[in-house]
Amino acid sequence: MLSDKDRIFKNLYNDLGWDIDSAISRGDWTQTKDLLAKGKDWIIKEIKDSELRGRGGAGFPTGLKLSFAPKELGSRAHYLVINADESEPGTCKDRDILRFEPQKLIEGCLIASYAISAHTCYIYIRGEYFVEGQRLQEAINQSYQKKFLGKNACGSGWDLDIHIHYGAGAYICGEETALLESLEGKKGLPRLKPPFPALIGLYGCPTIVNNVETIAVVPTILKKGAKWFTSLGKPKNTGTKIFCISGDVNNPCNVEEEMGVSLKDLIEKHAGGVIGGWSNLQAVIPGGSSMPLLPKSICESITMDFDSLIKAKSGLGTAGIIVINKDRDIIKCIARIAKFYKHESCGQCTPCREGCGWMWRMLERMADGDATYKEIDLLYDVTKQIEGHTICAFGEGSTWPVQGLLRHFRKEIEKRSHEEPLVNKKTNIPYLIDQHLLEEDNA
Amino acid sequence: MSKKKISKNQPESFKFSEDNLFKAQNEINKYPNDRKASAVLALLFLVQKQNGNWIPLAAIKYVAKFLGISYMQVYEVCTFYSMFNLSPVGKYFIQVCTTTPCMIRGSNKIVDVCKKHISEDQHNLSKNELCSWTEVECLGACVNAPMMQVNDDYFEDLDVNKTEEIIQSLLKDKMPKPGSVKNRKSTAPEKGKTTLLEVKNA
Repeated sequence: MLSDKDRIFKNLYNDLGWDIDSAISRGDWTQTKDLLAKGKDWIIKEIKDSELRGRGGAGFPTGLKLSFAPKELGSRAHYLVINADESEPGTCKDRDILRFEPQKLIEGCLIASYAISAHTCYIYIRGEYFVEGQRLQEAINQSYQKKFLGKNACGSGWDLDIHIHYGAGAYICGEETALLESLEGKKGLPRLKPPFPALIGLYGCPTIVNNVETIAVVPTILKKGAKWFTSLGKPKNTGTKIFCISGDVNNPCNVEEEMGVSLKDLIEKHAGGVIGGWSNLQAVIPGGSSMPLLPKSICESITMDFDSLIKAKSGLGTAGIIVINKDRDIIKCIARIAKFYKHESCGQCTPCREGCGWMWRMLERMADGDATYKEIDLLYDVTKQIEGHTICAFGEGSTWPVQGLLRHFRKEIEKRSHEEPLVNKKTNIPYLIDQHLLEEDNA
Repeated sequence: MSKKKISKNQPESFKFSEDNLFKAQNEINKYPNDRKASAVLALLFLVQKQNGNWIPLAAIKYVAKFLGISYMQVYEVCTFYSMFNLSPVGKYFIQVCTTTPCMIRGSNKIVDVCKKHISEDQHNLSKNELCSWTEVECLGACVNAPMMQVNDDYFEDLDVNKTEEIIQSLLKDKMPKPGSVKNRKSTAPEKGKTTLLEVKNA
């Protein structure tokens, strides 16, 4: 277990107060000026040495990402954009950082902005987090008062302004290029890559987009040193991470733990165990809804880090752990996730727009026991036709949970399926018709 | 993508109040001079606040003119993002999260309570026209599931009884105290913390 002194977010549960004075007494905004004085190259090298990987889901090395920005400030401005559009089902870590540790984020923004030569930083918060956004705005105002932001921020000679931009309820805006589109005041449709945002991003200028948690841990890494950070976790999967444990557990909670902690420990020690005991566990979704589920047999020994979960054909994602026990209908649970993706598909690419609804309808039929054996293979085929054929990673995110279900619970689906289709003769629906036009609720 | 009904009863004109005019200008100032369009989401939120939680077509035209962008660009933003309502909703707009983590914790019961006390179908107003409800996708408070949002505030750790209390009080035009109904401390485990036990402000 991680000891309390190695935890980065000491105010995760708001025991100590979120205001700037309490934050300073916890060690925020100390040495910031000295850190900035060591120069951009030192900051980026230190983050690279710490092997910090992005906490937003993909696990891209942060130091490398920061180094993609052009070295010198040219005629175009540079931007840092913080992705606080946290909408992945199962994940609620960024909300706690915005509410209770805003100064860590703001300090991280200053350091990262300086490292990539940005004078403006936008924090893109999902619109539903209105109260959290107001809290963050207050925290930003407090830092302006203390002269940590604005002209000559923190006495470093660097100017930085931070603005909050609210989203308006679109999951897809968590995708970095869709987020930039949304920031420009358009619909959140992901852009084709290349060009990558690091060279042509917001308003056509070099832009680095990072998750809230990634940026919030940067100041602590620089203060305590890359060596300290790499001493935690596993090689290539270093440091600590906030895990959100929800679903069928006795005490759902957010908790900061070392990377590579065992899943069983997380559930048993921190979340009070599975409802009905460990033997009642059916499956766990380890990294937010887009990651394939793991059956109980794998959950016994799996450790929570990027590489071991990839080996188990899943992923760490955002570390939102959804526990499902044997009282639940696993097909129904995944069907609900498929409905989520159907609702949130931006509609730009045909495979995703049409396929997500198709997958959802098939899964609902399977849950109700109306499907045929052939449909199981058809469902797998549909997932394979969406995956990799879309502009953004939404295609992967929407199909992986379904593939996970097919991989581990195919027997369960087969049990409920039939050889011949069940034809309800009363319905008078021609075969080739837009189902969604008929069903009011589906739209 | 969300499907939106556009209200048949449209007001003839829309104008920002003095206060909102000032706020709108503040929003625009966040962005570079030639990138006013970025403020469109923020302005639409202001419209929605001023106009009882929904956006009339007149306001879409007004915002387009205000920012110097085309009517269509604002219109498509309104229909794309699920938080913008294009027809009237209740003074208390209740959004119940029903995505898997909440579903596992029993959000269907919360939906039933809404059906029973507010209206059988979502988006329809209650009898006294104060409340309306809708099912939404993940609101990002999964650890405190099941939960719902009333206007800007989250109500967390709900059960049937507490939800009924909240909705009855909303129907009487009284806003209850938001947050966890179990008085649980943020996202800490309900039965005592397992970490950060001895942390004090250094």
